[in-house]
Amino acid sequence: MTKITPALVKEHGLSDAEYKKILGLMGREPSFVELGIFSVMWSEHCSYKSTRFHLKKLPTKAPWVIQGPGENAGVIDIGDGDACIFKMESHNHPSFIEPYQGAATGVGGIMRDVFTMGARPIAMMNALRFGEPSHPKTRHLVNGVVHGIGGYGNCMGVPTVGGEVNFHRSYNGNILVNAMCVGLARQDKIFLSAAKGAGNPVVYIGSKTGRDGIHGATMASAEFDDASEEKRPTVQVGDPFTEKLLLEACLELMATDAIIAIQDMGAAGLTSSSAEMGDKGGSGIELDLDHVPQREANMTAYEMMLSESQERMLAVLKPGREAQAEAIFKKWELDFAVIGITTDTSRLVVKHKGEVVADMPITALSDEAPVYERPYTERAPVTGAPAYDKSKPVLASLKTILASPDMASRRWVWEQYDHTVMADTVQVPGGDAAVVRVHGTNKALAITTDVSPRYCRPDPFEGGKQAVAEAWRNLTAVGALPLAVTDNLNYGNPQKPEIMWEIVAGIDGIGAACRALDFPVIGGNCSLYNETNGEGILPTPAIGAVGLMQDVSKMATVAFKRAGDVVIVIGETRGHLGQSIYLREIEGREEGASPPVDLAVERKNGDFVRGLIEAGRVDTVHDCSDGGLLVAIAEMALPRGIGASVGLAGLPDAIPFWFGEDQARYVIATPFAEAEKIVAEARAAGITVAELGKTGGDLVTLDDKNSIAVAELKAGFEGWFPKFMAGEEIPVTN
Amino acid sequence: MKSAVIVFPAANCDRDAKTALTQMTGKEPHMVWHQDSELPDVDLVVLPGGFSYGDYLRCGAMANQSSIMGAIKAHADKGGAVLGICNGFQVLTEAGLLPGALMRNAGLKFLCKPVGLTVEETQSSFTRKYDKGQEIHIPIAHGEGNYYADEETLDRLEGEGRVVFRYTDNPNGSARDIAGILNEKRNVLGLMPHPERVVDDALGGTDGRAIFQSLIEALS
Repeated sequence: MTKITPALVKEHGLSDAEYKKILGLMGREPSFVELGIFSVMWSEHCSYKSTRFHLKKLPTKAPWVIQGPGENAGVIDIGDGDACIFKMESHNHPSFIEPYQGAATGVGGIMRDVFTMGARPIAMMNALRFGEPSHPKTRHLVNGVVHGIGGYGNCMGVPTVGGEVNFHRSYNGNILVNAMCVGLARQDKIFLSAAKGAGNPVVYIGSKTGRDGIHGATMASAEFDDASEEKRPTVQVGDPFTEKLLLEACLELMATDAIIAIQDMGAAGLTSSSAEMGDKGGSGIELDLDHVPQREANMTAYEMMLSESQERMLAVLKPGREAQAEAIFKKWELDFAVIGITTDTSRLVVKHKGEVVADMPITALSDEAPVYERPYTERAPVTGAPAYDKSKPVLASLKTILASPDMASRRWVWEQYDHTVMADTVQVPGGDAAVVRVHGTNKALAITTDVSPRYCRPDPFEGGKQAVAEAWRNLTAVGALPLAVTDNLNYGNPQKPEIMWEIVAGIDGIGAACRALDFPVIGGNCSLYNETNGEGILPTPAIGAVGLMQDVSKMATVAFKRAGDVVIVIGETRGHLGQSIYLREIEGREEGASPPVDLAVERKNGDFVRGLIEAGRVDTVHDCSDGGLLVAIAEMALPRGIGASVGLAGLPDAIPFWFGEDQARYVIATPFAEAEKIVAEARAAGITVAELGKTGGDLVTLDDKNSIAVAELKAGFEGWFPKFMAGEEIPVTN
Repeated sequence: MKSAVIVFPAANCDRDAKTALTQMTGKEPHMVWHQDSELPDVDLVVLPGGFSYGDYLRCGAMANQSSIMGAIKAHADKGGAVLGICNGFQVLTEAGLLPGALMRNAGLKFLCKPVGLTVEETQSSFTRKYDKGQEIHIPIAHGEGNYYADEETLDRLEGEGRVVFRYTDNPNGSARDIAGILNEKRNVLGLMPHPERVVDDALGGTDGRAIFQSLIEALS
């Protein structure tokens, strides 16, 4: 037997105090297998030990929430007996080490989280952050990650309908790959992971178990250093073909009533799936590893319990239904094996070759897992308005901004994703939110991911608020009622008090916004330790969100559609240049206060705009965010090449007006008669509103004086990404 | 018109084909499992798009080994209509029901976007409801759509009026901009674009409808 030494304990990422606690819980020295099980179950990745205390503060309830955090994914009621199931999860660490497989298995993992609950996945999104474009690894990582996401999602036949791509030097050593999956189920066919009852067969389905991904969860719970490349063997390899078979086979089995509980084998594989199912069901689980389908010879119990081989599920069936289930999995040519039984002992017992290799109380892995209230150091938010050069020409700056790494078109990315398969994608990538019809109905889901990390370092609280508000605004801008949120909290090392503060303030900001906007958090994921050689990423609390449209024919899009429409901005423009894209791209500085979000105004303005869309009065809407007002207007001109002539009389200062990133604003365009009414109604409701001009022609014209051709803007906007990826342009550092 | 859609493992557009056929014909197609060896009594067999067997080997090569392929060849030999979309086109070339092969896109990337096509031939059960020379827009979604055949075969395809659709702006490097071809008897069509994704107004186009309308008129 392997001797448990202090060095071995440390190698497993467990602190001295944690090991002492293990000794107490076990009443003896753990076996090697038990130590491995503790190591993954108590890892940050699986236990949320640094964040759990703070995550409890998030609002998670609403009348339309069917399942909040704690299951594989959250579930909301979307009417007519339909349920929407969704979640976002990170695969940051593996994607940096091996971008194709890291991203691919991130997609596969989040899809399993959704279909294990009985849903057919109908849409994927992803939020990606890379290092600065000039960093030697960036192009390789972008290429690998995009290929990986496409390679897996396309083969699965689930449309990838949008997401975000940002570049910033803080991600040079730690890229972020957050993938979101949205699925549909009937409310009476939702499957949970609670393995209730004793004497029920525990079955293993899907791919065989290999030696890949051992200790992936532990890797994802530590910082990187220069030797991190050596961790490549801990990255799993994806097989989307098998996952597609697994999806169809699981849905076929779910159409019967044979299943008591089911859970995918994600991080920490067989260990976490069995422990979590037993824990939630209040039962014990006894596994015999001799029956586990194995890809390689002579695998040890330790390897099998910690393998993160992909495309596997664990299910508890009603007794006597094994043959029925096996027939389905044989039809789909997948492995199926009864590998254990539920018990009434509340213990996880693992046998291998006739010996008991682990025997531990399940609560030691769940309830007894450490929870830390880590110390944090509050930091006052950055304040003040930055200086800027008033003489810079506005239209030249507009052109530069539209062709900058964070603002240029992402067409190069999303054309590599099949975004129209399943034939229900009503709004393709490039708009404020993707819209996917609920198959066979006239209603649709709007889906978005959003966060502005550049706001989150200067002011983690306002940054967290803003991420939620902007996601809410994205959904509103297409005409959907925002319903719920999944959060993917990406931060640095929580053991540093200044980072812990970013986490705590970020969660508080998210909570404040979610409460004010009736936008509950129904699930999420934390990715901490995103640091390399002590350098942390910008705080990046990515928000994935879903809204509902009752009548998809009313949907609004960003494109100007007619000449002669009146261009209106809803919401107040004060000219907030702090932390703006303008300041960074034109002045080369990241300074000033992050833009504050007045949540009451946010809600009032958004409800007003949504009302106009729902009533069929407006079909052209764009949320005003990154880059400010003039960038929003240009983005509305680009799709169909319809220009606009805009201006505002008596403007004291053009630059902050056109490029400030004040929140809670929308640009709409609508024919004159309707526009007059809308302006009057907004004023009567106490909503700040301004008429800026008219659509038409093929130029963007300012104050009837200066113009730039839409085609010229478009060339830069569409050009940057393909040129960057082809290595044609040495990109500027942001 | 009675139709069948073949269900290959991971040919993931089978459900989309079913939806389009149901919408256009008013009748649900038979969904035929790849391990079956007989087809039901149908006028049209659709080989859908997707990634049969993950395209891990050469695309379409594994699906061509399925039990159902014998029945599909027999159906085609008898003059029955066969429509292969995307991966289905790849399978048909592997099966020898259509000449040539589909290679990696010239840009080496998977591409999903609407493309312009000209309808080159209307003398077929698949295209009689289009106008000759009509320009239509149908999305592509493939990584291996680069049509290749030797010059002699290409000349023959052109000479016999078997090049049915041509790209207006070639996205994948296909020889002579070819997007879709017929077999000699003109009862088997393979094309890379996805007409089943553009039969519904809400999805931004209906240019795919005429293929189904042509088939309904020809086969009912």
